[in-house]
Amino acid sequence: MKITTEMVDYISVLSRLKLPQEEKEKMTGELEQIIAYMDTLNALDTSGVEPMSHVFPVKNVLREDQVVPSFDRAELLKNAPKADEEAFLVPKTVE
Amino acid sequence: MTWETVIGLETHVELATKTKIFCSCTTEFGGAPNTHCCPVCTGMPGTLPVVNRQVVRFAAKAGLALNCEITRYNKFDRKNYFYPDLPKAYQVSQLYLPIARNGRVPIKTESVEKDIRIHELHMEEDAGKLVHDPWIDQTKCDYNRCGVPLIEIVTEPDFRSADEVIAYLEKLKSTLEYLGVSDCKMQEGSLRCDVNLSVRPAGSTELGTRTEMKNLNSFKAISRAIEYEARRQIELIEEGKRVVQETRRWDDNKDATFSMRSKENAQDYRYFPEPDIPPLELSQEYLEQLRAEQPEMAEARKARYQEQYGLPEYDAGILTSQKALVDFFEETVALGAPAKEVSNWMLGDMMRRLKDEELEPKDMKLTPANLAKLIKLIADGKINRNTAAKVFRAIFPDNADAEEYVKAHGLEQVNDAGLVAQVVEKVFAANEAAVADYRAGNQKVMGFLVGQVMKELKGKADPKAVNQAVREKLGG
Amino acid sequence: MNEILNLTALQLGEAIRKGEVSPVEAARAALERIEATKSDNAFVALTAQAALQRAEEVGKKIAAGELTGPLAGVPLGIKDNICTRGVSTTCASKILTGFEPPYDATLVEKLNALGAVSLGKLNMDEFAMGSTTETSFYGPTHNPWDAGRVPGGSSGGAAAAVAARSCWYAIGSDTGGSIRQPAAYCGVTGIKPTYGTVSRYGLIAYASSLDQMGPLARDAADCAAVLDAVMGKDPRDGTSLDVPAGNLLAGLTGDVRGMKIGIPADCFGDGLDPEVKKSVLAVADVLRARGAEIVEFTFPVMEYVVPTYYIIAAAEASSNLSRFDGVKYGWRAEGYEDLTDLYNRTRTEGFGSEVKRRILLGTFVLSSGYYDAYYKKALQVKGLIKNAFDDAFGKCDLMLTPVAPTTAPKMGESLSDPLQMYLSDIYTVSVNLAGLPGLSMPCGFDSKGMPIGAQLIGPALGEAKVLNAAHAFQLDTDYHKQSPVGKEAR
Repeated sequence: MKITTEMVDYISVLSRLKLPQEEKEKMTGELEQIIAYMDTLNALDTSGVEPMSHVFPVKNVLREDQVVPSFDRAELLKNAPKADEEAFLVPKTVE
Repeated sequence: MTWETVIGLETHVELATKTKIFCSCTTEFGGAPNTHCCPVCTGMPGTLPVVNRQVVRFAAKAGLALNCEITRYNKFDRKNYFYPDLPKAYQVSQLYLPIARNGRVPIKTESVEKDIRIHELHMEEDAGKLVHDPWIDQTKCDYNRCGVPLIEIVTEPDFRSADEVIAYLEKLKSTLEYLGVSDCKMQEGSLRCDVNLSVRPAGSTELGTRTEMKNLNSFKAISRAIEYEARRQIELIEEGKRVVQETRRWDDNKDATFSMRSKENAQDYRYFPEPDIPPLELSQEYLEQLRAEQPEMAEARKARYQEQYGLPEYDAGILTSQKALVDFFEETVALGAPAKEVSNWMLGDMMRRLKDEELEPKDMKLTPANLAKLIKLIADGKINRNTAAKVFRAIFPDNADAEEYVKAHGLEQVNDAGLVAQVVEKVFAANEAAVADYRAGNQKVMGFLVGQVMKELKGKADPKAVNQAVREKLGG
Repeated sequence: MNEILNLTALQLGEAIRKGEVSPVEAARAALERIEATKSDNAFVALTAQAALQRAEEVGKKIAAGELTGPLAGVPLGIKDNICTRGVSTTCASKILTGFEPPYDATLVEKLNALGAVSLGKLNMDEFAMGSTTETSFYGPTHNPWDAGRVPGGSSGGAAAAVAARSCWYAIGSDTGGSIRQPAAYCGVTGIKPTYGTVSRYGLIAYASSLDQMGPLARDAADCAAVLDAVMGKDPRDGTSLDVPAGNLLAGLTGDVRGMKIGIPADCFGDGLDPEVKKSVLAVADVLRARGAEIVEFTFPVMEYVVPTYYIIAAAEASSNLSRFDGVKYGWRAEGYEDLTDLYNRTRTEGFGSEVKRRILLGTFVLSSGYYDAYYKKALQVKGLIKNAFDDAFGKCDLMLTPVAPTTAPKMGESLSDPLQMYLSDIYTVSVNLAGLPGLSMPCGFDSKGMPIGAQLIGPALGEAKVLNAAHAFQLDTDYHKQSPVGKEAR
């Protein structure tokens, strides 16, 4: 199917990517090629076939409701690009 | 033109499990930022979710109690969007196969009795908290609440008034609290409500454009928001304008809703089945067991209290308003204390103490056994009611044993008739004027004389016996 | 080069147990070799000090009889998408620069417990997306057999390091062939076990329903020993299976009498290099001589495996990679104006183009209006593919296929046509879609002297069969003993 740069813009917003114009055009072409190849699946009759998410029939994997001590906060914050001793920091979020 | 308001509710309820839905961090309220966290709930790379058994149990119980069909084979899905309170940039929820569907909640208001239909109930994880710090002009991300288990309950647009909404929420709260699955405290955020509202000409069957209202933190706010928004929409339409489908924020101080322009209105969440969590299959036996575990709910219990114990509706209503009260009441009665007695103590002295100390019934130290003892002491004539009230106040904070307390403080009632008679003589002798007053026709003086006798006996006599003795002496 | 580098992992383990070699000596030899082959760029992070320290500790424990397993003291390399506590783990991406996880992957914990000695982290395609290790932020890895050629991907560093004798085994990950294909291109043995048998906790996710970790080593026996150590149910991974672990090495008898080896005709048609075809089919002859039977059949579903794989993998990847946003870990862009700008810049500048391409593809196939036609459809076809395999395993015990249509391509040839590159995954992706075990072993060389690999695919939980057949093949051939050492075209 035809992939337009508008469509690429739409999915870019959803995935928080912002390609420069030239890259975007190139990407649009590549995506169109790839998605056209994906369209070959339409040749297969899948009516009545259950979509298979999990390949083995594993069910009900559950854990007991027992508290385990939490991680040391410093460890969790250590890798943050921007943080104070308490929390991760980001620019002001609009409510 | 008469208008009809059409309302649907989306309620998020925090489940009272000890740990989060996908990791074993505590769900305890409070705590310094990011101290109830681990790599899983902070979305670190390579981590994986594992479902908390108790969350499923509680969600299924809730579904059953709301008369839903349980989706025996149900699973989780990912809801993808970017926001700093969502560390994985997706929320694990249930879209395609929620755990419960097609339920109903009967409600009663002053003007109507009806069923509110539940569209679905599903499990999902909560997000973190964002707090803007103006000093550094940065927003702080606290993930303590990330992964706290929630159930979201979505109704059909069956409400027609704020009263109906409040009645539903009270019923919901009571139900979930009875089940023990949540403490449903709006002020603490364990019960959150988003209201979807539209208006239409009365008699029309088409739905108008609806708006969604958020930031409703009390029942009062919900009522006022509903009234405001209905009026706002009606005014707009009457002016020939269109209602915009959007999310609006309720401002308690300004008593109005405001458009949340920043919220992207048509978010494409790209839901897909969560590959990291195998599906759930709840067996018939499991559901039967949950049904069997369901306690007698508030409505039925209230009716039973009236019938079985002859309690007035009002009293029964208060007792059954909280599971902790119900449990206390029934345990005390089971120990042999008369129901009416127990009820009176609970609704009177106990409620007063709870209010004064700002204590929740479930956090009370006083035990049913102890109250039963106190009641028995009165019944056996060992203490009188005045004394009992004082004893209650004394033993309430730390559950000091009633019997021991009475003994230790020498509060046993004087039951010696001879002693009473003696004291009556003494009082009459010391108060000839009062006695004469009575004989002259002033009936009220008897009370004074009884009071004097009680005072002599340091309040430890049975007031009835003293009354009797005084009355006899007065020859009446 | 120290001769001990030519031992297999098990041989080294035994020598260490017997006291003939110390873990420190082994680690030193490996570190020297890594230095000598530095231009291969197989390792992205070397933890030499820590390795030597650990080798010493392990040596003492072995001497004291506290560590007795066959791999105790044997040094290895770990692919850089596997979390190693306190050691940089970047998935060869700019966006994870400097990330040091505060936890080990479960697999790493298990290896630590048995006395393994990690030398460092191995290069890979960025976020495991690629077939050549050319998309790495740290530059490509070179094939030790020919520095002008790729080692394969995405576990290119792992395959190259094992082939070049820089470590005795490596742990890679495989989502669409990322262990098997580089193993084939570099002439080593690698296995992707049945989905769920090795815990994914700590493996930075690419496609959650397809990812598995597994060993690359000199032969099937080494691979069996590693799997014995790392398989098993993990309470931290909900998709991990409750399987007994520890019997694979002991089960290598080399006895394949009566085993039915299936040859799917659709895997040997057009598009397959004739030299590769010849060498792979010859595997059947070797196994037949050992008593196996050969069964031929059609496997028409092959035509649909690549699009199915890429739809599912890209979709899951687009979601799994959303957490890389410059907030909690890794790299954050500069010059952003607000939150949205922070996300956009960090992700656009922090991810390479192949990753961005797959994220966009994945976002597309999940988006409103396209979900049913692409993602849902792909999940349905996945079901058909699984059924096709189940049918095939009703007719045979194992399937024999090529690993890749050619031997290792030249550097720089593959990235210009992404679709073409995807198509070369045709033999390997089906195995991930069906969750089955797949092994790649050397079975020959082409006229350029480049290794050729053959793939053995087993039924679910059939790693014992797969490893045993590979072991049998390796008892009668010596392709797996060849190494590029001394032959490097530098």
